[in-house]
Amino acid sequence: MTRLQVRDASLGYDRRLISEHLDLDVPDGAFTVVVGPNACGKSTLLRALARLLRPSAGSVVLDGRDIHTYRAKEVARRLGLLPQSSVAPDGITVEALVARGRHPHQRLLQQWTTHDEDVVREALAATGVTALADRPVDELSGGQRQRVWVAMALAQETDLLLLDEPTTFLDVAHQIELLELFRHLNVDRGRTLVAVLHDLNHACRYADHIVAMADGRVVAQGAPAEVVTAELVHDVFGLPAHVFADPVSGTPLVVPAGPPGRAFAPEVPRPDRPETATPEPAVV
Amino acid sequence: MSAPPAARAAGTPSATRTVALRLPGFSARVRPRAVLVCGILASVVVVLFLVSLATGDYRLTLGQVTSALTGHADGLVRTIVLDWRLPRATLALLFGAALGLGGAVFQSLTRNPLGSPDIIGFDTGAYTGALVVMLWWHGGIGQQTAAAVVGGLATACAVYLLAYRRGVQGFRLVIVGIGVSAMLGAFNTWLILTSRLQDAMGAAAFGAGSLNEVGYGQLGAASAVLAVLVPAVLALGRRMRLLEMGDDAARQLGVPAEPTRLLLVAVGVGLTATVTAIAGPIAFVALVAPQVARRLVASPGTTLVGSALTGAVLLQSADWTAQHLVPTTPLPVGVVTVVLGGSYFVWLLVKEGLRS
Repeated sequence: MTRLQVRDASLGYDRRLISEHLDLDVPDGAFTVVVGPNACGKSTLLRALARLLRPSAGSVVLDGRDIHTYRAKEVARRLGLLPQSSVAPDGITVEALVARGRHPHQRLLQQWTTHDEDVVREALAATGVTALADRPVDELSGGQRQRVWVAMALAQETDLLLLDEPTTFLDVAHQIELLELFRHLNVDRGRTLVAVLHDLNHACRYADHIVAMADGRVVAQGAPAEVVTAELVHDVFGLPAHVFADPVSGTPLVVPAGPPGRAFAPEVPRPDRPETATPEPAVV
Repeated sequence: MSAPPAARAAGTPSATRTVALRLPGFSARVRPRAVLVCGILASVVVVLFLVSLATGDYRLTLGQVTSALTGHADGLVRTIVLDWRLPRATLALLFGAALGLGGAVFQSLTRNPLGSPDIIGFDTGAYTGALVVMLWWHGGIGQQTAAAVVGGLATACAVYLLAYRRGVQGFRLVIVGIGVSAMLGAFNTWLILTSRLQDAMGAAAFGAGSLNEVGYGQLGAASAVLAVLVPAVLALGRRMRLLEMGDDAARQLGVPAEPTRLLLVAVGVGLTATVTAIAGPIAFVALVAPQVARRLVASPGTTLVGSALTGAVLLQSADWTAQHLVPTTPLPVGVVTVVLGGSYFVWLLVKEGLRS
């Protein structure tokens, strides 16, 4: 039995149901990546796993208990989430923002113990932002800022870490850098990770376990080499593709086949990612 | 509490530098800049308090004021300080702090510098409540106060519900509030225009916001309410600042977002409504104080203690000016704060204009 599970859950917003009878076991100690086309319900699944969304039926189980029977702070000590959009308060420094990750562990009279200080220092070091500690967050580049948010989630000291499209707004070098960081957290620090990613090839290279979703259902799951086939890419994304072995890592490499009749199109349209669901700004 | 506090000073710019304070059973971290600024503001509050007790038609020395306050004076000095000036000076301090806190709460909730209770309609609603009782029922002061509280709360509920869509978003709250405020403002004007001249003048005086008529009765009532609301808002402070990062970020840190927001709305409206019910709508203090405080304290996000102290300083100086600017006729303090708020807007516009 794994620590985090979805049991026969119906997920959705208001009257719009996105997933029905969803079941999922998040493998402990693995790096799980959820893939699927836009609006397939992968972010909704992640929100349910993080207790941000209450299933209208069924349940999400954390350590053997329905996640909604815990107090919010108790969940926050076991499970962290990197949300898609967060706002850094104006002028806050990197270190002060990361320190906010300690909130679930703090009490009224114990707000900044030596342990808090050590954990924050380690989180800064693990994400490589120690040198930026005293800089205001608003002055950082997108890649640096995302690392700072990851550091904040690390400062929460949870074994389970959920990442909602963590690489979306980054250039390719920063994406790889961040994925390497996640792998390090998973392999060397033993954290269980669940990430929603758009790039199938990144997912194949970094994931231990891939969960492919379409129309709110889990279509396939397992090790990338077993799951990711040309057939699956076609079924899930509606994209004709070839799957080769990645010459570097040996993992599946998905290459779009291009539209029929043009075997060798120089510019292959990418219907799987027309836009990366720009989140509506939460603030004005 | 015998062990010395372990202090850590990182080599950071002075404004954001923090120091860890640790005692057995207690740990926190503070920014020296914030402590220093708040200390200075608190001293200014005390000085303004003493000045307002000492000045007036009958000038007193500092010695006379302190002897009256410590119960060693008698006769005229005692009467002037304790009976005439003390309630007003204390209320100016308390109301300034309450408005500063109320403004800070709403600006934090709406994440918008315009999200202050006087912009988003609660003051106008409180005024409507008071006007209806004043002009239609010809009720007394007690009923007027109650009606102002009811009016403010009803407006707050209406704005909250109209802006509600799967939770309340800051910008929508501000826009809906401005709309409701404009409609109520028109209604208030109609109420005054259709009333008798004498009633209308009384109503207009209340509408400007004034501390000219306050005494120990009002002070007692206000202190009782604020004794509950001020600790409540301070206790919610940490959650409030986490909410500024967005609902998802706050909730995943264990902050129940919507319940916290509802509590904050209730406390924020309570703070503002208390002031409005007793003194009438005193404009702009709630809007300006948190902004000024934030710049002085250089805090990321909202500063509650700084906003309270800045609010107190602003209202104390505005009320002193209102009393002494025209020697023969004391002005309503609301007139002075409107000028203050106007100047603030001009400064803001010039600054933004220079930046772009």
